[in-house]
Amino acid sequence: MNSQANPHHLSNTHLDALEEETIFILREVAAVFERPTLLFSGGKDSLVLLKCAEKAFGAKNVATGSGGIPYPLLMIDTGHNFHEVTDFRDFRAQELGAELIVRNVEDSMKRGTVRLAHPGESRNVHQSVTLLEAIEEFRFDALIGGARRDEEKARAKERIFSHRDSFGQWQPKAQRPELWTLFNTRLQPGEHFRVFPISNWTELDVWQYIEREKIALPSLYYTHKREVVERKGLLVPVTELTPLKAGETAELRDVRFRTVGDITCTCPVDSFAATAADIVIETLAADVSERGATRMDDKTSEASMEKRKKDGYF
Amino acid sequence: MNATTSIAATALSTGATALSALKFITCGSVDDGKSTLIGRLLVDTKAVLQDHLAGVQRQGETDLALLTDGLSAEREQGITIDVAYRYFNTEDRKFIIGDAPGHEQYTRNMVTAASSADAAVVLVDATKLDWKNAALELLPQTRRHSLLCHLLRVPSIVFAINKLDAVEDSCLAFAHISAALNSFAAAAEIPVKAIVPISALKGWNVVEAGHSENPDWCNYTGPTLLQILEQLPSTPAEVEQPFAFPVQWVEKFSASSDTSQGRRVFWGRVATGQVAVGQEIRILPSGQTATVAQVLDHARNPKNVLAGNSAGITLDREVDVSRGDWLLAPGQFEASREISATVAWMDDEPLVAGRVYWALHGHRWVKAKVKRIVHKLDINTLAEEDATELPPNAIGHVELALQEAIATRPYTQSRSLGALVLVDTASHKTSAAVLVR
Repeated sequence: MNSQANPHHLSNTHLDALEEETIFILREVAAVFERPTLLFSGGKDSLVLLKCAEKAFGAKNVATGSGGIPYPLLMIDTGHNFHEVTDFRDFRAQELGAELIVRNVEDSMKRGTVRLAHPGESRNVHQSVTLLEAIEEFRFDALIGGARRDEEKARAKERIFSHRDSFGQWQPKAQRPELWTLFNTRLQPGEHFRVFPISNWTELDVWQYIEREKIALPSLYYTHKREVVERKGLLVPVTELTPLKAGETAELRDVRFRTVGDITCTCPVDSFAATAADIVIETLAADVSERGATRMDDKTSEASMEKRKKDGYF
Repeated sequence: MNATTSIAATALSTGATALSALKFITCGSVDDGKSTLIGRLLVDTKAVLQDHLAGVQRQGETDLALLTDGLSAEREQGITIDVAYRYFNTEDRKFIIGDAPGHEQYTRNMVTAASSADAAVVLVDATKLDWKNAALELLPQTRRHSLLCHLLRVPSIVFAINKLDAVEDSCLAFAHISAALNSFAAAAEIPVKAIVPISALKGWNVVEAGHSENPDWCNYTGPTLLQILEQLPSTPAEVEQPFAFPVQWVEKFSASSDTSQGRRVFWGRVATGQVAVGQEIRILPSGQTATVAQVLDHARNPKNVLAGNSAGITLDREVDVSRGDWLLAPGQFEASREISATVAWMDDEPLVAGRVYWALHGHRWVKAKVKRIVHKLDINTLAEEDATELPPNAIGHVELALQEAIATRPYTQSRSLGALVLVDTASHKTSAAVLVR
């Protein structure tokens, strides 16, 4: 490609460096840990991770069994996910020949390890319990996730290789210094690492990369007509799980999701963006953060993410 | 869409330059306005979004410092404890700020942030100096932070003289403080990229030039701090040196009968030099030699690869190579079991001579024994003092004995071959940053 024909000269230099760093980290995990796994939800960040993993490890050769991503994919399912996303997750895992493990919050509820305060409570925060149960079941020693430092202030402080104690807790004051690219990945029994290979990517970088690499995404990320109701400045999708309250009327609006997660706490934004290129322009002009525009659960307190991470949340 | 974002949008989609992102750190002590400066950079480049800005309003005023202190303990104490990374971009460039704490007790965090930085902005608080005096003394923090950045080989050092809006004669203060910085830097052999007068609080000369009533404020007509940052180089890869490659991951094709492509690919990042097909290499520690049969880039396309980038290498013969081994240009490297090094001590327990640690060099772990503490450095002057132990956050010279020989270069010649970390064998904490002398 010559540089004049390339409409993303600036971003390409930067995107190449980000991709390089991500691939380096993905290989480090493959080399160092005995039982790693990659958290894969079918959302945009995990699809970017998966694209980098595909480049790092190549496609699986069905005849010889060689190649392919050398760790399984793991999804903690609240049972309240958009089917467009879970369908896409299954399709993509199969396409890559990757092993997909799904563990359900509902099973933790049946076991009694998760108790909801009331039936309508969001299950999002309870994913931590199911996640820790899966870690114990499979004895995972490294969990790769698609979290980015630009998402939230507590995340901005977190290391790429983030050490967790045997309760899965993050201890922000006792983080290991991350010097040069010399990663101290030593573990005591029962401990594990959370690894964030796209720490240094921003929402804009993610969209520029999706555009450049032509990464397919669940349709929810692009503009579509949806029944929504405005509550406290957020657009709440009207679904079986999030029905209208008394006195409210639904509106049909052109929206897209900036982030997809549990239906009960994820909101779309007004948008006509139909392609990744449209979204790059929208992201440049956005004046509200990805989480601020879309997440009901982050608003409870200034330190809610930090608190949840200390409890083992991703 | 406001005017700034539409310009940025146009530049990003048309592509004005090809500079890679600049990773820089900000240094300064607790009340020098570091968090305010970062807040100012983020707000004035429109990198702060409305919901985050709303979170830092206190009694109707915007407290810029609150934008960066993300942990609840930090907000309680009003100080920065750990390194945070922030992101913003202008039309010309993307930036990553390593926001490191200023407290002496968090020297380790500053060393961490500096280890991978392209540039450092050292903040100097004009109001704390005897600025009317032509022979004024700089604060120890200024000297300390500059010396640490220089020791870690941060390629570009910029001084930003802050709070000049709060002194009576800003021109005189700027002139006197600049002179003091220049003579200190010359004596310490620290190359200075720029000295710029700013007010982080008012936003003068940070993103916007001067201020409206006084365009040549402080008699300074040079670029703003942001314009300086836009032009600074990223850290150059160590391409000119002989080839060195730490093996990160060995990809096996055990199930494959096809040996023509080589049975194993050695993946890693080229530390120095470059790698091409046909090149002779020597393997450390086995000492065997082989020829490079194939080179893949980080995404598995055949290509020559330069320092700084990941490569996959296959060899022309079956040799014993595993993670942690080094592939090296023959005849260029001497391996040794003795290392003389500068260490930045990070553990809460002091360093005592005689203890054995794990050392990590590239991807190789070896046992390392601290034979002797040669000197402790005065952190404010880097003068040498006798010492029997290194307390937390101290810097000193030590001699290490290694269980196996490794090939290093002095850190002043190679940031990648000259750097190690020490890890406590009991607690697994990262205990020290090691710079080979």
